[in-house]
Amino acid sequence: MSDKFISIEGIAKRYLGAGGATTTVFENLWLSMARGEFACVIGHSGCGKTTVLNILAGLDAPNEGAVIVDGQAISGTSLDRAVIFQSHALLPWRTVLGNVAYAVSSKWRSWDRAKVKAHAQKFIELVGLAGSEHKRPSELSGGMKQRVGIARALSITPKMMLMDEPFSALDALTRGTLQDEVRRICLETGQTAFMITHDVDEAIYLADKIFLMTNGPGAVLAEVVENPLPRDRGRTDLHRHPLYYALRNHIIDFLVTRSKTFAAETPDHDPRNVPVVRIGKPGLSIAASGEEQRQTWTPGTNPGLTA
Amino acid sequence: MTTTSLRLRAGLVSIVLLAAFLGIWHLATRSTASVATMSPEYAKLMGLTATQGKSAMPGPLDVGAKLWEHLKRPFYDNGPNDKGLGIQLAYSIARVGTGYLLAVLVAIPLGFLIGMSPLLSKALDPFIQVLKPISPLAWMPLALYTIKDSSISAIFVIFICSIWPMLLNTVFGVASVRKEWINVARTLEVGTVRRAFTVILPAAAPTILTGMRISIGIAWLVIVAAEMLVGGTGIGYFVWNEWNNLSITNVIIAILLIGIVGMLLDQILARFTRMVTFPE
Repeated sequence: MSDKFISIEGIAKRYLGAGGATTTVFENLWLSMARGEFACVIGHSGCGKTTVLNILAGLDAPNEGAVIVDGQAISGTSLDRAVIFQSHALLPWRTVLGNVAYAVSSKWRSWDRAKVKAHAQKFIELVGLAGSEHKRPSELSGGMKQRVGIARALSITPKMMLMDEPFSALDALTRGTLQDEVRRICLETGQTAFMITHDVDEAIYLADKIFLMTNGPGAVLAEVVENPLPRDRGRTDLHRHPLYYALRNHIIDFLVTRSKTFAAETPDHDPRNVPVVRIGKPGLSIAASGEEQRQTWTPGTNPGLTA
Repeated sequence: MTTTSLRLRAGLVSIVLLAAFLGIWHLATRSTASVATMSPEYAKLMGLTATQGKSAMPGPLDVGAKLWEHLKRPFYDNGPNDKGLGIQLAYSIARVGTGYLLAVLVAIPLGFLIGMSPLLSKALDPFIQVLKPISPLAWMPLALYTIKDSSISAIFVIFICSIWPMLLNTVFGVASVRKEWINVARTLEVGTVRRAFTVILPAAAPTILTGMRISIGIAWLVIVAAEMLVGGTGIGYFVWNEWNNLSITNVIIAILLIGIVGMLLDQILARFTRMVTFPE
């Protein structure tokens, strides 16, 4: 936490409801990320995850507080922060190449057509869409559309990527493949990424850090869970890691019960110093008790998993 | 395979219906009336209806023959009351074209501004709501009084009747561009002008073109009535003039041509609409 590449400092978002009553989605929210880190936010619908992402993107402004990226407070949107939208948000009257080239020419206004095209082409190939450059979004499957969305976001070589449930509309197989792609690209390019998800396994596979948010209104960032799994983890043998179930159970316990009761049970919660949870490391673990401790896994002892 | 056969069958049914219509028309206008005996001097004063029992309503053969005559010489000009149909149609199309293009030049930029600004949208709404339902011909006296030129008044009437559908559709199209497309442009730091041309215009184009298509239809409806009022030239004036000449044949031919030109104008706009429509 020494290198605060992104620092959200005490932001609040309130909406004016009917009859002048204000609804506080969240307030006094503090959060930070290091350069090259992949963070996932998990929480129930309505806890303000998307609002946090929109504020990070500059599409929405907080009522209080500030967001500092790379030492500078942000105001409005920026080409440094690329967004991958849940609904892919491709421009349907442009081709795949046209959509990516639109982003490229927006970043480098002085580039000529050929240079823009070559640059866009490179990122279309990176997401595995070579050969579909001249198709329109309506001719693509959901997974391919989202690949275009990823290529468009990457093509402007942003300082960070913001993803709002990018894979939630996809089928499980496509989702898996795209998770692999995103992980590979982020590791290769050292991209800082902030992703909202509802999928616990997606968070475990992709994230270095998982932010757990309580239910809104009045949502708080309850915990920061550090992912204990090795950096070179693979999607297929993820569940065989000794700490996988401890981590997964911790997150699911939070979502099922603690996200509702957290505020009442933890009156002394300090939003500026959110507890960091390190699963499986004795002394630091605050939640991995009892049941989870018993799930210590040793290779070969469980025939059900090795078969 | 099935679509071609469907089109073929539909075409056949169309031809049968046309033939049936022409046949009934022909039978209904046959010379069946009894002929009264009269002195030759008196007969000269009476029309063919009285002397030969010919129907007062022209049959399809009369209309066809007259139409062929017109098609052979569409552009003759024998003075103010006897011009070829081509010339009359050209006058009408020119008036519609001028009024309509002026309306496009005003309605689309204005609609863009109103659509992009909720303030302007709310402020101008009462005016638009009041002005929209006014029959374009109701403007005619005011136009004649202020402009003092019947031809320009007709163009003004076309302008005022075609502006509303285009304006309202442009406002609606611009205001309802998907938020996510706007957000894409915002995250890419695209400036207002470039955003208007690269995101809002293509996204709103199908709606704008639909408004333009409605407008050209209304403009063509209105020009006939307007030309009947202002007189002088144009297909509307031609209809009224031939009514005064009691040439029902020419009136029928004019009605047919008005329909065909209206259809062509609509088809041209429909083609443009298809060009800018994007599948989602």
